[in-house]
Amino acid sequence: MSAHAEEHFAGSNKLFVSIWVWLLFLTLIEIGLAYKPMAIHIMLTILLGLSIIKAALIVAYFMHLKFERLSLVLTIVPVLVICIVLLFVFFPDSFRSSKLRYKFQESPPVAPTAEEP
Amino acid sequence: MSTEARAEHFVAADWDGGAFPYHVGHRKLGMWLFIISDSLTFSALLIGYGYLRASNNWPTPFPFYPSIVFSSVMTFCLLSSSLTMVFGVSASSKGDKAAARKWILATIFFGLAFIVLHLIEWNHLIGEGLRPFYLPEHWAKTFTLADGTPPSPLFGATFFAITGLHMFHVATGAVYLSVVATRVKKLKHEDIEISGLYWHFVDLVWMFVFPLIYIMSVDVGGHLAR
Repeated sequence: MSAHAEEHFAGSNKLFVSIWVWLLFLTLIEIGLAYKPMAIHIMLTILLGLSIIKAALIVAYFMHLKFERLSLVLTIVPVLVICIVLLFVFFPDSFRSSKLRYKFQESPPVAPTAEEP
Repeated sequence: MSTEARAEHFVAADWDGGAFPYHVGHRKLGMWLFIISDSLTFSALLIGYGYLRASNNWPTPFPFYPSIVFSSVMTFCLLSSSLTMVFGVSASSKGDKAAARKWILATIFFGLAFIVLHLIEWNHLIGEGLRPFYLPEHWAKTFTLADGTPPSPLFGATFFAITGLHMFHVATGAVYLSVVATRVKKLKHEDIEISGLYWHFVDLVWMFVFPLIYIMSVDVGGHLAR
């Protein structure tokens, strides 16, 4: 309580060190993945999954959200997740726009005679 | 008794409102709201990067040394800085402000190490000829597809924009923490905790930037090896 000289801050240093070790371990897995040949979408999925786990560990323990009141968690987490998911609404367009692009290499900016070998 | 302490005596269930509904001070709530909005800034940048990457022939130029070695050591620095920061907040919660200051100084040290390593890494790439809107000539040649599609010159733009904005956040955090370390005896515990929230957030963003920018762009086949 604020009235006391000491403030409540849950979590022991031992717990924080173990979280740090976990974060380093997951980072090593990510670096290892970089050199494993695999399809890019599978790699992206695994990397994002690992990143979300790491982010959750940081938010829950280092940023202490696990020990806060539920009303604070419910106020800040869902709104962020929904907004980020909404940002993906633009994404399908990227697959389309690559097909619409002007293929400049098909009409090179050189005189036609230069093309005759 | 302060207003906040009095408010704590209200027996209120979650969502009951009252004077102190979130059980955090207004400064801490403000920092959380700032973190939400900053998360959206980085999300938009990273999704924009994903958009460009999906709609272009994207180069994957990073060699194991120096790029991946440097970025991995940088990740280690940031993760360790988060650990020292949480030790600092923990010490401050026990009223040990002197120890809190030492841990915060260690955090600043790791943050500055991150910036120095990152600038060296930037210098490597700039030396190779990478610019926001141009690729080095040998990258452009190596990553041109068989049908003649050249690699996107926007690689540099996304790389420098995203890592640059992140580096700016680390630098800002180092300044912020220096102020906190200087005034640590005068500040309340919650103010130190708030500076910790900001620092952990900077670490959290790097947990997405590192895999998406670095790990996804490793030159696995050694195409650029000279």
